[in-house]
Amino acid sequence: MHRLVTRLLLGLVLVVGLAAGRGFAQSSAPSDIPIPASQPGSTSFTAERLAQLEQQIAEARSSGDNAWMLVSAALVLMMTGPGLALFYGGLVRKKNVLATMMQSFTLMALVTVLWALFGYSLVFHEGSRFFGNLGFVFLRGVGSVPDADYAATIPHQTFMVYQLMFAIITPALITGAFAERMKFSAMVLFMALWSVIVYDPMAHMVWGKGGLLNAALGGTFPTLDFAGGTVVHVTSGVSALVCALYLGKRLGFPKEAMPPHSVVLSFIGACLLWVGWFGFNAGSALSAGSLASSAFVATHFGAAAAALGWATAEWLYRGKASVLGAISGAVAGLVAITPAAGFVAPMSALAIGLIAGVVCFLMVAKVKAFLGYDDSLDVFGVHGVGGTIGALLTGVFAAKAVNSIFKDSHGNALPVGLIDGNAHQLLNQLVGIGFAWVIAIVGTLLILKFVDLAVGLRVPTEHEIQGLDLSQHGEEGYNLEV
Amino acid sequence: MKKIEAIIQPSRFDAVKDALHDIGVEGMTVLEVRGHGRQKGHTEFYRGNEYTVDLLPKIKIEMVVPDNLAEQSIQAILKTAKTGKIGDGKIFLTHVDDAIRIRNDERGDAAL
Repeated sequence: MHRLVTRLLLGLVLVVGLAAGRGFAQSSAPSDIPIPASQPGSTSFTAERLAQLEQQIAEARSSGDNAWMLVSAALVLMMTGPGLALFYGGLVRKKNVLATMMQSFTLMALVTVLWALFGYSLVFHEGSRFFGNLGFVFLRGVGSVPDADYAATIPHQTFMVYQLMFAIITPALITGAFAERMKFSAMVLFMALWSVIVYDPMAHMVWGKGGLLNAALGGTFPTLDFAGGTVVHVTSGVSALVCALYLGKRLGFPKEAMPPHSVVLSFIGACLLWVGWFGFNAGSALSAGSLASSAFVATHFGAAAAALGWATAEWLYRGKASVLGAISGAVAGLVAITPAAGFVAPMSALAIGLIAGVVCFLMVAKVKAFLGYDDSLDVFGVHGVGGTIGALLTGVFAAKAVNSIFKDSHGNALPVGLIDGNAHQLLNQLVGIGFAWVIAIVGTLLILKFVDLAVGLRVPTEHEIQGLDLSQHGEEGYNLEV
Repeated sequence: MKKIEAIIQPSRFDAVKDALHDIGVEGMTVLEVRGHGRQKGHTEFYRGNEYTVDLLPKIKIEMVVPDNLAEQSIQAILKTAKTGKIGDGKIFLTHVDDAIRIRNDERGDAAL
């Protein structure tokens, strides 16, 4: 068995190495600006100088966009590690802190490799309306030249690596639902399959060339999803619910007290998420212009309003506003504003945030207890519900004054959302949301069944009692005493 | 020799320690503990789940004193640890068979 595994690993290394070598056939960097051959004073000299100036302007513009996009990509990665790792890590019991963080960290590595090999291609290469094809396999053709359909002013590689960070954080969100009871091996297998079967098609449909739901590139049911309300939050949130129901409750839930072992860690994580989200939403403008500013502002306002909304609701309901509630509210607002960020005005963003904060609070404080499932870290309550609300409200508040994404054949801006007078967009939003729900449910169920049969999903009882840090990873998070 | 175990409110610890030093008690062991007598706990609320926390933080002081210092020590603790509210704590008194100083093998009261 050992020899077989070793041979398979060597084979994989060989294949990846060969692919990497071939992938180096990229187009060269732009050459230096040549001095015009014609004489100063002639009209062709002027024309040549103008052409040079235009090229320099384009390069300066590209430089600004690329700088912003690379920073955005880094910010989004930071959202997973350490943002989400800390946020989730603080919410679980001490004996499971490392295992929880390891889940996010592993995905940073695993999804990257899958993305590089074929994941990016399956999402962003043209194929069918539901799936890309393998045209970009091993990142062939993804180099310094921009892909004009996606982002005309930044190298294709920048776009690819930016999108990778989204592909990383989406499955990482799900880990909250099965926290404290999922086998590490099962999680790795589950996530590898989920990335391909659920994330890749959904992302292709909304953002890929020829995608069924692509609002920017003429999809059949144009769903407005600026930064991933449906692609990231609805899919992960709904999948989380399926996982929580399938895996069952933690031992002792709900009678045994399982408070967060460190709200301090969760607080730090949540703040990193808020700041990182600027890369997530404003970076989805794919340029450093006014749309990025607009999305940045909307993002921030949504978070703020939602934090206040949740905290106020909790204050009224419980008598005290908790820190965990306030930061959860901020996250809920950020989730809800994600599909809307580049389409709505600042006041609309406040409204979206406020609604999300209050609704998600009720979801977590009342509905979850009423229904009785153990979604340990409220992934469905915040991401599933928040994302669904946000996607619907995007259909309400999207305005052509902010982003004239729909144009007629003469290039005139068409109404976008309900406040522009286009009620029909709400139907499109519903279609997009519906697709996300269905793919998430069906895909996740199939994968869970398969993984359960292959390696078993849940840790044995003694391991759950001992804690996953020791049982899965042979480590303890804190060695503070003798 | 008597062993005095006193479980007190953490906020009263500094005053109790100073009072014991003042009457000549030189050795003590201090532990951070959790527990309750009749004092009710409090509820904490995390994201929709309410928990009753009834193990409250206390300070436990353990000391072994010569017989003639035992009652004085108890009085010193009572005076400084008392707030008058439920949760002030308790003192327990037991007899000690022997005490030995590790550094030089001294035994009995001389070891205290």
